This record gives sequence, structure tokens and C-alpha cells, in this order.
Amino acid sequence: MKSKADVVIIGGGVNGCSLAYRLAKKGLDVVVVEKKYLSSGATGACGAGIRQQWSTRENASLAIQSVKIFEQLSKELGQDIEFRQGGYLIAVHDEKEMKQVEKNVAMQRSLGLKVAILKPEEITDVVPILDVKGMRAIGATFCPTDGHANPFKTTFAYADAARRLGAEINTHTTVTDVKTTQKAIRAVVTDQKTIQTSVVVNAAGIYSKSIAEMVKIKLPLCPFRKEIMATERLQPLFEAMVISFRDGIYFSQQKEGQIVGGIPISEEKVGYKTMPTFAFLQYMAQTLTRYAPILKHINLLRHWTGFYDVTPDARPILGEVKEVKGFLQCNGFSGHGFMISPMVSKLLTDLIADGKTSEELENLSLERFKSKKIEKELSVVG
Amino acid sequence: MKRSIVCRCEDISEEDVVQAIEEGYTDIEELRKKLRIGMGPCQGRVCIQLVARILEKKTGKKVAKIQLPTVRPPLIPVSLGTLASENYEK
Repeated sequence: MKSKADVVIIGGGVNGCSLAYRLAKKGLDVVVVEKKYLSSGATGACGAGIRQQWSTRENASLAIQSVKIFEQLSKELGQDIEFRQGGYLIAVHDEKEMKQVEKNVAMQRSLGLKVAILKPEEITDVVPILDVKGMRAIGATFCPTDGHANPFKTTFAYADAARRLGAEINTHTTVTDVKTTQKAIRAVVTDQKTIQTSVVVNAAGIYSKSIAEMVKIKLPLCPFRKEIMATERLQPLFEAMVISFRDGIYFSQQKEGQIVGGIPISEEKVGYKTMPTFAFLQYMAQTLTRYAPILKHINLLRHWTGFYDVTPDARPILGEVKEVKGFLQCNGFSGHGFMISPMVSKLLTDLIADGKTSEELENLSLERFKSKKIEKELSVVG
Repeated sequence: MKRSIVCRCEDISEEDVVQAIEEGYTDIEELRKKLRIGMGPCQGRVCIQLVARILEKKTGKKVAKIQLPTVRPPLIPVSLGTLASENYEK
């Protein structure tokens, strides 16, 4: 393990690994420190979806630019990350929701995104197994360029490419302290070794809060336990991810054929406990078979928990904090870290390697929580 | 070519596991996520012990020291229709 680095990234999820890759490509000496194994946190538990249909301009813009990167990422990294664009179908349940949808779609279209507003009878043209009555839908939106990628393979591909460029990735290594001198980063102390550095990126998911506490920075992060399930493999039935903001459900068929999806339940608690619940299984099965009754004969194989690191406005915290020079945030993704990771790592690389800041980084800095008015992302599921 | 099947659910052979270990996937969870071993209907009952053995042979890490993947419910496949039915005892 190295004892000196230009940048130390704490966290070996998709964001930590993609940032390691981009920084190493710029010729920087990068060390990643991961407590468990790569993709062991939110990345490895996530629903694999990539969506561009958001209510806030920043999220939509980050996602649109991320999709452009995802489109050529398998080629760039030299490994198949299983990216495919089957679209996202978002159910709309009443007139009030339709009004918000029209506003969102207008904003998304102004960014150049192709989004259609579907009539009820058009929903099954996109996803034939849906029961429009059972869904209680009066319409839907559909963006054909939304899609999926394999979160494990994406993370591993980034890590492999980063290693080839000279980055050092240490798994099963725990950060025990972050040292500063005169309000600037000096070193990262781990249970193996101490690494001298002037830049630390805090990409530790739900544990980002405790990392920040090491340098006395308070992050407004809350770990929310989420549950998700996978069925047995099936023949290809549909390509789109189906979601509803009202019911909170999301589900899609993965490349191997299994249907993966989740839904929030009332037993969902803030905290670090990972115990899956029976209440989730029952509620998920009830809602899923209401949306797609044909699935009632399908077997559920596995069910697991993961975490959203949720901020007060459901948007990430990115960039350098004012109080400590060289201490950068890359957390608070609130359940959307995977899909915007390409752009997040690009923006942070521009900042770290070239000193270039951007409007997105300014708007997503920790500073925003000090102002009274924050714009909340409304389009959240799961 | 002769293949020794390790994971029947996902059709993964000993050679596949060895290759992945040689590529640097030396954690059983990383192997699982890369190869999908233990994600099929058997939930790892057939393959995980075998993969742990191969990992021991290749890396020298003792099987007893290898932390096995978390067992995920339900232990056997259950139909969504059964789970959705309201007649269960709370």
C-alpha cells in the first residue's frame, strides 16, 4: 500500500471507482480505500436503472449527460457493462400528478430529451404485461433512451481500468481518521497504513457522514433502509423500467431475465440495520401483481436490503467544502448515485485535476443547505 | 473442452471461477457479483462451498476464514401470488 498519493478516495462504489479511473487517466496518483469489497454498499444493492426524467434541472441535466457517457462506456473501459436502453415508463395516476408531469416534461424537453406523454391505451404498447386498470393509471410518460446497466460490472470495469492506469485500490481497508493542518487535508489514516495526501474524496455512501465528522464537518445525510427483490429468470417480456412516484414501486427485467424491483414500506427505518422484512415481500408482491397480474405465478428468489443516503432535498452533495481545503464530497445520492455517476466523476475530475468548477457543482455544494430556499427533487421512487 | 460445473443455476465452471480469481476477484462476494454464483434458485447451496474451496486452493486463504455471502430470504422460491395473498398469520 502506498504511503503518499495525490488523491485518496474513500469508498469503492461506482462513484469512487469511476472517479479513480478518470483521475488516473489525467495522470494523477490515486489511492482508493474501501472498507469491504468493491460495490459492497448502495452500488451493489441498487436497482440498476438509469433515468433521465427528473423534476429538477440539475438532476435531469446530469442524467442526460451521463447517458451519453454510458452509451460508449463499454468500449471506453474495454469490458461489457451491459448497458441497454429499454426506456422508463412512469405511471401517472391523476390530474394533479399530470400537471406536475407536464411541467417536468417541458423542462426535460428544453434540455433536448425525447419524452412522450402516453394515453392509457398506449401503455401496453410499451410494456405488454401491464394492467392499466390495476395500475390505476390515467397516462404515463416514456423516455426511450432511459435504461439499465449492470452496477457490479460497471464498478469492476472502472476499477480494472483505473488499476491499468496506475491507481491503487485497497479493499478490506478501513479509514480510522482524516488528518488536517491549518484547515487543509494532510493525511488519511487507515487500519493498514497512513497515506499522506492533500485531497480526500468522501465517497463512502451512508458512512460519508462519519468520515466527515473526522474533520468536524456535519453532513445532512440520513441512511434509509430500502428493500428490493429478484424473481426467477424469465423469457424477455418487456424492456422498460416501470415506475410510479405515487405507489413508489419500480421494476424491470434484467438482461439475464429476472425481474428486479422494490417499493417503500412503512416499516422502513432510518438507521444502519440491514434486516429484510416480510412486510416488504407481501406489499411488493401485492403491488407488482396489481400492476402485472400475469406475474402471480412467477417465483420470487431473493430479497435484500440496501441504503439510500438521503439529503434534505434528495440531491447529492458534491465538491469541496468551504471549511477544509482539499476535502471533497461525493455522497448524498439519495438513491440515484449509480445513474449519474459518469457525470459526477467527470465534474469532480475537472475540479480536482484542472481546478475547473461548474454551475452543477456550485448548485450541489454543501453550502446550499445554509440558504433558506432549497429546491427538492420530487421524482423519487423506491 | 471439458468443463467441471460449479454453479448449475448460472452454468459457471471451475475454469470460469479460476479465471476470475486470476483476474483479481479474490473476494467471494466479488466473485458472486461477477459470475452470479449463488444468485440462482439454489441460492448458493450447491456452489458457494465449491467456490470457497477453489478460492482456498488459489489464494491460500482458509475456507473457515472466508466470510460467506449473506443468506437472503426466502430460502426456497415462493410465487408472487402466494406472497400477495392476504391469508397469512401475522
